[in-house]
Amino acid sequence: MSLLRALIISLLLAVPAQAEEIVADLSQTRVAITANFDGSEILIFGAVRREEAMPEGPLSVIITVEGPSERTTVRRKERVAGIWVNTDTVEVDLAPTFYAIATSAPLQDAISEIEDLRHKISIPRAIRAVGTKDSVADSEVFVDALIRIRTSKDSYQVLENAVKLTADTLFETSITLPSNLTQGAYRTRIFLTRDRAVVDQFETAIEVRKVGLEKFIYGLAHEHPLIYGLLSLAIAIAAGWLASAFFRYIRG
Amino acid sequence: MNIYLPIAEVSVNAFLLLGLGGIVGVLSGMFGVGGGFLMTPLLFFIGIPPAVAVATEANQIVASSFSGALAHLKRKTVDLKMGGVLLVGGLFGAGIGIQVFNILKAAGHVDLLVKLCYVIFLGIVGLLMFIESVNAIRKIKKGAPAPVRRQRGWIHALPFKMRFRTSGLYISVIPPLIVGLLVGILAAIMGVGGGFIMVPAMIYVLGMPTKVVIGTSLFQIIFVTAFTTMLHAVTNQTVDMLLAVLLLVGGVIGAQIGTQIGTKLKAEQLRILLAIIVLAVCGKLAFDLLVMPSELYSIGESGH
Repeated sequence: MSLLRALIISLLLAVPAQAEEIVADLSQTRVAITANFDGSEILIFGAVRREEAMPEGPLSVIITVEGPSERTTVRRKERVAGIWVNTDTVEVDLAPTFYAIATSAPLQDAISEIEDLRHKISIPRAIRAVGTKDSVADSEVFVDALIRIRTSKDSYQVLENAVKLTADTLFETSITLPSNLTQGAYRTRIFLTRDRAVVDQFETAIEVRKVGLEKFIYGLAHEHPLIYGLLSLAIAIAAGWLASAFFRYIRG
Repeated sequence: MNIYLPIAEVSVNAFLLLGLGGIVGVLSGMFGVGGGFLMTPLLFFIGIPPAVAVATEANQIVASSFSGALAHLKRKTVDLKMGGVLLVGGLFGAGIGIQVFNILKAAGHVDLLVKLCYVIFLGIVGLLMFIESVNAIRKIKKGAPAPVRRQRGWIHALPFKMRFRTSGLYISVIPPLIVGLLVGILAAIMGVGGGFIMVPAMIYVLGMPTKVVIGTSLFQIIFVTAFTTMLHAVTNQTVDMLLAVLLLVGGVIGAQIGTQIGTKLKAEQLRILLAIIVLAVCGKLAFDLLVMPSELYSIGESGH
């Protein structure tokens, strides 16, 4: 931590541009998905740099980590002839596969509706569902369901008051990435707000990549599916044959 | 020890997978069945996406059938000609099955289709097996003679007859082609070898002698499941190599233990036990379809 302090102080001495500015760093900017990958914890920390006296109004820090977005299908089941069948479907244009939001105060005290809308900070704002086909009258219920399901799997996290803000200057939080991650660049944003308005923002990214065996298998399966299929069969046949040979040998 | 499956994209306990493979292996060794019809639903229960479960299980069945088929080939209890005819039907069936699977996957009904197929087939097979083995036990107690197999007249009336020397049959190729076709469709949709449908069909519909039935069905299953694995790998990229290896390591060890247990139990007792297991799995799947789910909404598989 002393190294961290030294780093922050040295950053504080750099040339200012605004009244209040964020200086921040992450404990790691690369996450490797290996065979025994079981989630990862990322420490996000930093400080607020000021040239002038501290302005009036309550200060808050909001940190978001956002996985790659994709078009997502949400389906609803209904009872048809006694069994539960998927009936209505809503296509959500873009929904992040992962989204964590950590704040130093309750979200509604930290940012105003308008600022949230502008910077797409809260989870409902981060999901783009404007172009949802109006095949279903209640399409917003589907977006709510999407958030509910992903929240239950820790893919979406709302961590209010999880950012520790010390003396309105130093801040830190930790975000836990679950084991069911999609690979890609995870956009990480830090917002500094005063009186519920954004004063400054900082943006970086965490690279999540499959490595080693995971990368090899995934890559082969998607780029050379024919070879992958043949290799899977070869492994299966070899294993089946080896096992029977082995047990025959054991029994003499 | 958790292990991250690269295709299923979930982290699962490696020992749980080895254990599942082992338990299903014990059962398949005891009863002489492939075990796919038990393994695939168990994979659903532990949270593997159904599309990945079906495709990976097809790959694992190739492994488990291969050693069995080799043993039967050595004992010359495989009717290669009949196996070939069944295989032709099976390959066409697998092709149709994959088409149906992919169309319904796009429409969001694949989970339902797979589960419905399981409920229907496990229900029918489990019930028939249960009734038959209860009757068999009763008859043994009464000391009545074993029932004589009926000869099906209509099978012999069909054209395109062919001689199958190993089975000692001279019948039309149409019934074995149809049996092969239906089993192929099921293999692609359900991720099973289809032995539990094919073996009774070979005995009761085609009238094949019991000693060549198992070997011939294993011979057909290897090629049909291998073809299904390739189709799933190429069209959907849903075969998880790591998952398959873990399951088959547990499976082959379990199968050896199961074979030992199997020799110590009576055939009728074994069949009643298997029927109960099949009906239990069927009941659990049916229950899930009939009872209102706690979450009515689901997120579709994202189109990468």
